[in-house]
Amino acid sequence: MTKQVKQLDRVIIRFAGDSGDGMQLTGDRFTQETASFGNDLSTLPNFPAEIRAPAGTLPGVSSFQLHFADHDIMTPGDAPNVLVAMNPAALKANVDDLPGGATVIVNTDEFTKRALAKVGYDSDPLTDGSLAEFKVSPVPLTSMTVQALADFDISKKDAQRAKNMFALGLLSWMYNRPTEGTLGFLKSKFAGKPEILAANLAAFQAGWNFGETTEDFAVSYEIKPAALPPGTYRNITGNLAVSYGLIAGSRLSGLPLFLGSYPITPASDILHELSKHKRMGVRTFQAEDEIAGVGAALGAAFGGSLGVTTTSGPGMVLKAETLGLAVMTELPLLVIDVQRAGPSTGMPTKTEQADLLMAMFGRNGESPVPVLAPRSPSDCFDIAIEATRIATKYRTPVIVLSDGYLANGSEPWRIPDVSELPDLSVEFTTEPNGDDGEFLPYRRDPETLARPWAVPGTPGLEHRIGGIEKGDGTGNISYSPANHDLMVRSRQAKIDGIARDIPELEVDDPTGDARVLVLGWGGTYGSIGAGVRRVRRAGGKVAQAHLRHLNPFPANLGEVLGSYDRVLVPEINLGQLALLLRGRFLVDVISYTKVRGLPFKAEELAGVVQEVIDRV
Amino acid sequence: MSENNGRESGFKGLRLVPRAEATYKMKDFKSDQEVRWCPGCGDYAILAAFQGFLPELGVPRENIVIVSGIGCSSRFPYYLSTYGMHSIHGRAPAIATGLAASRPDLSVWVITGDGDGLSIGGNHLIHALRRNVNINVLLFNNRIYGLTKGQYSPTSEAGKITKSSPMGSLDTPFNPVSLALGAEAGFVARTIDSDRQHLTSVLRAAADHEGASFVEIYQNCPIFNDDAFEPLKDPAERDMRLLRMEHGEPLRVGADRGVVMGDYGELKVADIAEVGEDALVRHDAHRADPGYAFALSRMDYPAFEHVPIGVFRDTSRPTYDELMAEQLGGAESRGGAEELASLLAGGDTWTVR
Ligand SMILES: Cc1ncc(C[n+]2csc(CCOP(=O)(O)OP(=O)(O)O)c2C)c(N)n1
Ligand code: SF4
Ligand SMILES: [Mg+2]
Repeated sequence: MTKQVKQLDRVIIRFAGDSGDGMQLTGDRFTQETASFGNDLSTLPNFPAEIRAPAGTLPGVSSFQLHFADHDIMTPGDAPNVLVAMNPAALKANVDDLPGGATVIVNTDEFTKRALAKVGYDSDPLTDGSLAEFKVSPVPLTSMTVQALADFDISKKDAQRAKNMFALGLLSWMYNRPTEGTLGFLKSKFAGKPEILAANLAAFQAGWNFGETTEDFAVSYEIKPAALPPGTYRNITGNLAVSYGLIAGSRLSGLPLFLGSYPITPASDILHELSKHKRMGVRTFQAEDEIAGVGAALGAAFGGSLGVTTTSGPGMVLKAETLGLAVMTELPLLVIDVQRAGPSTGMPTKTEQADLLMAMFGRNGESPVPVLAPRSPSDCFDIAIEATRIATKYRTPVIVLSDGYLANGSEPWRIPDVSELPDLSVEFTTEPNGDDGEFLPYRRDPETLARPWAVPGTPGLEHRIGGIEKGDGTGNISYSPANHDLMVRSRQAKIDGIARDIPELEVDDPTGDARVLVLGWGGTYGSIGAGVRRVRRAGGKVAQAHLRHLNPFPANLGEVLGSYDRVLVPEINLGQLALLLRGRFLVDVISYTKVRGLPFKAEELAGVVQEVIDRV
Repeated sequence: MSENNGRESGFKGLRLVPRAEATYKMKDFKSDQEVRWCPGCGDYAILAAFQGFLPELGVPRENIVIVSGIGCSSRFPYYLSTYGMHSIHGRAPAIATGLAASRPDLSVWVITGDGDGLSIGGNHLIHALRRNVNINVLLFNNRIYGLTKGQYSPTSEAGKITKSSPMGSLDTPFNPVSLALGAEAGFVARTIDSDRQHLTSVLRAAADHEGASFVEIYQNCPIFNDDAFEPLKDPAERDMRLLRMEHGEPLRVGADRGVVMGDYGELKVADIAEVGEDALVRHDAHRADPGYAFALSRMDYPAFEHVPIGVFRDTSRPTYDELMAEQLGGAESRGGAEELASLLAGGDTWTVR
């Protein structure tokens, strides 16, 4: 039987199941197949907060959403066109997100009375008509997998476990995905377990064959590759991109990388990744707490390393005092805060961008620190390099505000040619700089206002630094009122001056006559961009700009704000950037906020933008 | 960063630190900053002993780094002409860990107080000791918060009357030596500000030790806790109390008494005339098991009846810095564009033309 093949321009699939069902792996493999096929894509994993919540319960549901298309896309998509639900809990937890007409593939084997009751279904949704608005494909995934593996010398449990590969095989057939990558992946994953490998390969094949032969799936779909700019690509998450950016920053600056860190969700993967690269000269130090993590990084920076610390909200709070010391000692230091929903422990696995004001002001005294924020998973690479550049050139700690959404989300990344990357080489001070042949550790470079970086081991430049106010030039302890005033202002001027050394804010305003500007920062770039596209497709005129540098702001920001009738600022906090903009520029921006632990939906933002347009 | 010029320092703990070309004198280690402790403060004597000792290290001045926290004691780095960082309260061991782990060519000294190192920074201290980072920790114990003007500290005796404990403090104090031993420190010693010769000998032993060494220095604060150690200083009493530990020698208290071991491994002082010379415990600082050193540390607890001074424990195991260097496999992050390129291009890739 030859089946019909339909062309689509984009699809959003969500794989959902119990945390033990391997949904993250399934989603990840489907993503890799899709990436190697050449679609543009964006992913959104959603983990349960518990490591192993009781099986079959709502809190135990883990999901992975993938949006892929034949054109460039900006988000993992608002609502799935296809839901793969491995059990009743997965259906119940996700069905409300589905638009009418969506396809639902359910594993009917798990829809037992007991499993239904566990999540509060009084009747079976597969038969009671409650799914009438969807195209439901009931598939006995578990039993078909077990059947397909009947001849294998493996336990029933292992056979059942392979059902995610059956599902992956089926979906791979439905969307005509190339399978070599997955087959290769399985071969290396189960290299030491030939029986399990064979079973997984067979389950995958059985899923594929099922799609091809059964009458239930009459159509398969094709989504042409996207016309991305030429280059070699890989799929990358924000946390991996940060890690690579830090290693690149170290290589480009010629400084050995030293990471001091304490495990915390969702930042730990950076520690894990960098720990793999000791052979590239990367020192990683799992400290006793976040204070020691940043302390060790600062100590290493004093010794001439590229000192880095990585954390999330609760750990960021603990680092505040050491950050102040780094401001006072004027040493380069990179602080990566992968923001999560707060306050306190908050929702560790959920995203938010509510640490902006803490990054700006969360220290005692006048304590200016440059703040950067990546706008997409792959931008995390460039931001880490930019943070390295600013920290080493201006001898200052730099805070990078990533977030849970960027950290775990992924997208295709055009792998840069190493020769395209900037030269960040650092010269340590090796000669006295005083007029009388003495060394003045706080004599500033007239242009950057940075102080010399003379590392221990350099003869003749022995000096003492610390947290007590420094005398201008000498760096000796000083309680002089005039000196303190001068030093506070000099530290501020140094950070403010970075504005001359960063790109101006670019505004995307295709018609050139928009009266409304949408301004965002950090991880909301994709959602805002997708919302803006919808408005434009419907004939609306709107300009978009996105901040990657939050302290200092790009030099032209005030001018940009002043050239629009209304400025809309969507944020996943209660209006922190809006507060800064109002305070700095006296512009009455419209703040639009949501704090649900989730990224904005494009459709929602499109509505908000349209409303603002309608009112001007 | 200076290279090891092939000649090693005589101290084992300084194996990876280059040897000085110049010979230094004590004055070479004095900075131009005016020393500002209260008159009579024990910190002066410790500073003088330390400055007098540094030339012995035989390493270039620029390869010595002093890292301190906050407290009167932590002002130390300003008065030395080496590299130094006067950091923040309690965090010096963490900062020094990052420095020492990334720069094995430095001799790194941590200066801390009983509040700095045992209260706010207790966590960093124990972890630095167990990791065996190649640093020397000198804890100035005056049994009081000096800089904040006289509150009780984690080493103040229970019941101590201070500004913040007008009815007597309720806390049971730490015994810093017991704590360090419990934290797996490989080198643990105690000395006194007033005995320069002894202090210097302990500094020497600490520098010689590879890995973290912990030295408790009894330090008098004449302003807020004067005479806290008077029983150990008064010539009439001192010999009845001080137990000077020398590796391989019998443990004696004065001429007539010495240390014997009880049924449960506990140590007590007995008259030699009664127990006989052969019953005396011979000090062995190299015992792998810390139990004996711990028993020694409990002899003075909680009062100053018999106070061991000298080296309780001096054992060796690989240092954190060494182990880290091993994992790096000699890799240093300089150059190597191809290596970076192949890292970035790892994983599943595809090409768009
Ligand atoms: C975070 C922080 N908390 C409190 C203080 C105030 N403080 C400074 S020194 C000190 C105690 C110092 O005691 P100790 O370490 O025994 O040093 P000493 O002055 O006795 O030498 C305190 C509480 C501080 N500087 N920083
Ligand atoms: S307060 Fe005490 S410890 Fe501090 S300087 Fe004065 S005497 Fe020394
Ligand atoms: Mg004290």
